Amino acid sequence: MNKRSLVSTLRWSCAGLAVFLSGCNLEVLSPKGDVGMQEKSLILIATGLMLLVVIPVIAMTLIFAWRYRASNTKATYAPKWSHSTAIEAVVWTVPCIIIAILATITWRTTHALDPYKPLAHEAKPITIQAVSMDWKWVFIYPDYGVASVNELAFPANVPVNFEITSDSVMNAFFIPQLGSQIYAMAGMETKLHLIANEPGNYAGLSSNYSGEGFSDMHFTAIATSQQGFQDWINKAKASQLSLDDRTYHALTQPSEKVPVAYYTNVKPGLFNSIIAQYMGDMKMDKIGSEPAQASAIPSHNDHAKASE
Amino acid sequence: MFGKLSLSAIPFHEPIIMGTLLMVSLAGAALLGWVTYQRKWGYLWSEWFTTVDHKRIGIMYIILALVMLLRGFADAIMMRAQQALASADAAGYLPPHHYDQIFTAHGVIMIFFVAMPFVVGLMNLVVPLQIGARDVAYPFLNSLSYWLTASGVVLVMLSMFVGDFAATGWLAYPPLSELKFSPTVGVDYYIWALQLSGLGTTLSGINFVVTILRMRTPGMQMMQMPVFTWTALVTNILIVAAFPVLTVALALLAADRYLDMHFFTNELGGNAMLYINLIWIWGHPEVYILILPCFGVFSEVVATFSGKPLFGYKSMVYATVCIGLLSFLVWLHHFFTMGSGADVNAFFGITTMIISVPTGVKLFNWLFTMYRGRIRFTLPMMWTVAFMVTFTIGGMTGVLMAVPGADFVLHNSLFLIAHFHNVIIGGVLFGCFAAINYWFPKAFGFKL
Repeated sequence: MNKRSLVSTLRWSCAGLAVFLSGCNLEVLSPKGDVGMQEKSLILIATGLMLLVVIPVIAMTLIFAWRYRASNTKATYAPKWSHSTAIEAVVWTVPCIIIAILATITWRTTHALDPYKPLAHEAKPITIQAVSMDWKWVFIYPDYGVASVNELAFPANVPVNFEITSDSVMNAFFIPQLGSQIYAMAGMETKLHLIANEPGNYAGLSSNYSGEGFSDMHFTAIATSQQGFQDWINKAKASQLSLDDRTYHALTQPSEKVPVAYYTNVKPGLFNSIIAQYMGDMKMDKIGSEPAQASAIPSHNDHAKASE
Repeated sequence: MFGKLSLSAIPFHEPIIMGTLLMVSLAGAALLGWVTYQRKWGYLWSEWFTTVDHKRIGIMYIILALVMLLRGFADAIMMRAQQALASADAAGYLPPHHYDQIFTAHGVIMIFFVAMPFVVGLMNLVVPLQIGARDVAYPFLNSLSYWLTASGVVLVMLSMFVGDFAATGWLAYPPLSELKFSPTVGVDYYIWALQLSGLGTTLSGINFVVTILRMRTPGMQMMQMPVFTWTALVTNILIVAAFPVLTVALALLAADRYLDMHFFTNELGGNAMLYINLIWIWGHPEVYILILPCFGVFSEVVATFSGKPLFGYKSMVYATVCIGLLSFLVWLHHFFTMGSGADVNAFFGITTMIISVPTGVKLFNWLFTMYRGRIRFTLPMMWTVAFMVTFTIGGMTGVLMAVPGADFVLHNSLFLIAHFHNVIIGGVLFGCFAAINYWFPKAFGFKL
């Protein structure tokens, strides 16, 4: 290939890349919350550390392949050489050192970034309960008695404690720009602690395939000012719809591309009773009966809760 | 006589499927007609279909893998086309139910009916030759294994035209794969196809472990075995240890569906997390089952075409055994986001990283085999160099995702998909292509 055609090829491939990648935005690499920021720097540090081995290996592969090609008779040929204790020692030791460093980082960050660990912050956290259904997200605000579908709001710079479950199959609750995701599973409660460092509308999704309507299980996470959050709560409180047993039952029916909706008068203890309905044969399909019983029944979510 | 099966099971309303059915029927009829015209049925039956010859069974495995590679690849093209067309609120050309089956089938086919038959076929062809055995230890069992795998293939292909296939993702996570959420026959096809081929694979595993341990030519010590045979031995030990777990997990799922049991249901004490643990206790060793023999292939190829013995044979063997042992200690890294505690996540993250040490050693040993060699760039050698670059990148992304803190945002994403395609295409597929070219003369007597 001559130089001109090389330049032209490069130009076209760059243009091609620009076209095909224009739809991509690297949300995970532009985090807007503390958790996401720590995870981004962790990704970069770990990648950098591994590149210390990976770049030499790739370079050596290409250089050796070129230098020791059969047509290059000037290169040394050692047809019997197949052992060197020194080299063996190095190739076992270097990866071990890198992995030892990475393992130390892993141990520390895994504990620091444990999704179950409440965030250290002076502001009082807000609790939001997220329930995945076929195929929508329901967000319950137990402290305000309101709920919403496929949209949630919380004040920026305030830690958010998510309590997550599913009233159907498995899903994963994920707001990429804020950080970690965690599975939503029926009959169990998982926990996630996030914070938004600046106001904004962040895309949220289910990242675990859950069937036919899965690809539209998107929601918007609105991080806003205290005032904006209060307005949002008031808007929900002013809703015509209240979340009683009947409306809840209607919600659990499979539906796709569900528009945003707000509910007021959420039955107290609804979240626990959603979990409790999978806890034993007596309580099946009795959503919202007596929330107090939920904690009395030995729960299957002990496993998921064990790490709190 | 047909029970619930009626003509309505055939999806007449799906033009894409009907078109495929037409093509498959025409091509199938042409093939059958041609065989009849050539009067080859007797020959095929006695020399191939009922053969117990390890080489012929190996060739049949590889042909099966190549045919299914075509199907799996067609699935991949259809998925990508749908994703390109369905952006920005457009619906694309596939209805969700069809798309969901395609992406499930793609994964199932590529792992169980492409990669596995490739690898088992290669071991059939090469291992007895390398250890100087006349055949495998149980030749009839070998034939049975092949036909069990082929039956699995038939079920998967049939599901396209009669009824449907699972729309659950390639590992059929419950509760989605339970009767309540997947009432059609799709998951049943999935269970039966995987149980049949899984049984075949387990039997193959037993067969090869016995063959390699008991039927080496007199005087061949373990540490004198060719490297491919070593990797085959470790792979088959992994098969024997891991595949029964798959069989049990799928049997429990079948019990849920057929016998109204509740191992993995939401209700009545079922726990889907149990299935997810079981399936990955099989699933992670499975990827090493696929990649180890390919590591063996690359070891053979790189030594041959560098004109040198393999660098660090002993290191290579220890690394293989190390990888085999460690592969059972890492399964939880497939679900760091399921809510295990930090100690558990960190433990499995670190064990996962440790695997990269023996893997890295292997890469260095291939490098130093090339060092001061006289490298002939034949096709297998080119696959090998391509593998070394691609796999290094795939390995790096894998270690990155072994860090739970990083995995919390990378899990379930396209990054994860890119990672395992990097290692499975770059490792297993390149390895099998290299091997087909490299050992072709052993099968057919002439070079490709």
